[in-house]
Amino acid sequence: MSRRTYMGLKIGAEIAVPLALLAGWQLWTAHAHSVKFPRLSTILVQFKDMWLFSEFGTHVVPSLERIGLGFAIAVVAGIVLGIPLGLSRWARLWAMPHIEYWRAIPPPALLPISIVLLHSIDNRQKVAFIAFFCLFPVLLNTIDGVRGIDPTLVDTARSYGLGRLERIRRIVLPAALPQIVAGMRNSLSLAVITMVLSEYFSSTSGVGYVLLISKNTFQLAPMWAAIVLIGLLGYLLNVLFILAERRVLAWHRGWRASVAS
Amino acid sequence: MLEVKGIGKTYGTGPKATHAIADVSFTVADGEFVCVVGPSGCGKTTLLKCIAGLLPPTRGEALVRGRRVEGPPEELALVFQEYGRSLMPWASVRNNVLLPLRHKKLSRAERSRLVEESLDAVGLTQFLDHYPWQLSGGMQQRVAIARALAYQPTTLLMDEPFASVDAQTRGDLEDLILRVREQYEITVLFVTHDIDESVYLPDRVVVLTHSPTEVKEIVPVGLPRPRDQIVTKELPEFAHLRGHVYRLIKREQQDDASATGGETSGGVPHAGTPV
Repeated sequence: MSRRTYMGLKIGAEIAVPLALLAGWQLWTAHAHSVKFPRLSTILVQFKDMWLFSEFGTHVVPSLERIGLGFAIAVVAGIVLGIPLGLSRWARLWAMPHIEYWRAIPPPALLPISIVLLHSIDNRQKVAFIAFFCLFPVLLNTIDGVRGIDPTLVDTARSYGLGRLERIRRIVLPAALPQIVAGMRNSLSLAVITMVLSEYFSSTSGVGYVLLISKNTFQLAPMWAAIVLIGLLGYLLNVLFILAERRVLAWHRGWRASVAS
Repeated sequence: MLEVKGIGKTYGTGPKATHAIADVSFTVADGEFVCVVGPSGCGKTTLLKCIAGLLPPTRGEALVRGRRVEGPPEELALVFQEYGRSLMPWASVRNNVLLPLRHKKLSRAERSRLVEESLDAVGLTQFLDHYPWQLSGGMQQRVAIARALAYQPTTLLMDEPFASVDAQTRGDLEDLILRVREQYEITVLFVTHDIDESVYLPDRVVVLTHSPTEVKEIVPVGLPRPRDQIVTKELPEFAHLRGHVYRLIKREQQDDASATGGETSGGVPHAGTPV
């Protein structure tokens, strides 16, 4: 199969399969007359009425803000903490049990305490909640990436008189970047999950808030519209991330291909 | 001048200590080309790392122009065997060569002049914007050599630099390093396990014993320069020197095998004898 036909098939499948599923949904719901499963057309009209764009600013923008801020804080903190932990066996010895403990706690278990501690209905508690859980994939991948650096590369930098900070900037960070980015990608999907969760309680805005409030008032079409939006959001964020990754890590793909051959 | 004075390296302490290097001393005069050769596993790389200031020796010291080596000295540049691992895969050839210059107080123009000049010396100017992994093994090692030259050291330390390239490329790289050394008037300390190479390149060969390592003999190489892969290697002196060094090393390997109770002696235990 040529590359072109393969790409054509891939893009076709990416579009055709969801369209077929949606058509199936519409056919089934049109006959079922179920309150729980509104017709696709009803959901889509609801989607358009809510999200394009009358409530976009009041609910989608705050949610995106929280994801963006929480994710950014997690990435910076994960790298800043992960580099020294990756470089020092002693630091790892002391820190790893704590990291393993906190990362084993599922997000819903910490939601109540986060509301108590950071009692706020504004962004502070939500951003902190998202950042906390997004931290771990970046942190652990940074530690692993830094530990995996070839000692020859570090020796080379040392022999040319590069100081510690310069070595971190020029060698450690770029060498660990592919793995850091892999961690960021996991964090990004966690960010969407924790965003929705954090908006369930003590909240007045956000797509998670709309989702739960619609359910509580038995408005199932808006609820479904929120579900569709959240799915799309996660999907689009991932696509954007992959596009950025391809640009930043173009060398990594080429290098791996050359090493494999 | 580079002086190696009684360098020794021991790993661990007490009865379990491993004496990798016992006592190695030699000097390299300015502008001289010295090869270090020894049986495999005799701690050549460890010795070179001690001289380069990457590893503290247990005993003795290395002196560069009379100053004791505590950390990596500015006068030395090190070229590793594993070019694929000492070059940064995320950086272009240009940026790889720039690495040692970034923290030197140089103007931008001066930096790019050094980069271009050193890449010209190894014949890679047209590959400035390639990534290292887009080049062949021999070319990658030339990038590593160019990077060392751009650093403007007085002495080049080379750790089996041509061990992982094929025989023809190796010959080309040997001649390249001889040419570059003339051009840059640089001192070279070259570690190798290849006996032909250790005789072909230098002014003197330092032959090491097996571990715990000492200097077995320092052999002067009086072969005429410029050296030539065909003409030099046809000289009777070359054959003679090669045979001499080969014999020294072969004897070491046999001693090593019987001393450790290895393959030949049937495994007589040496209880309590410190090695």
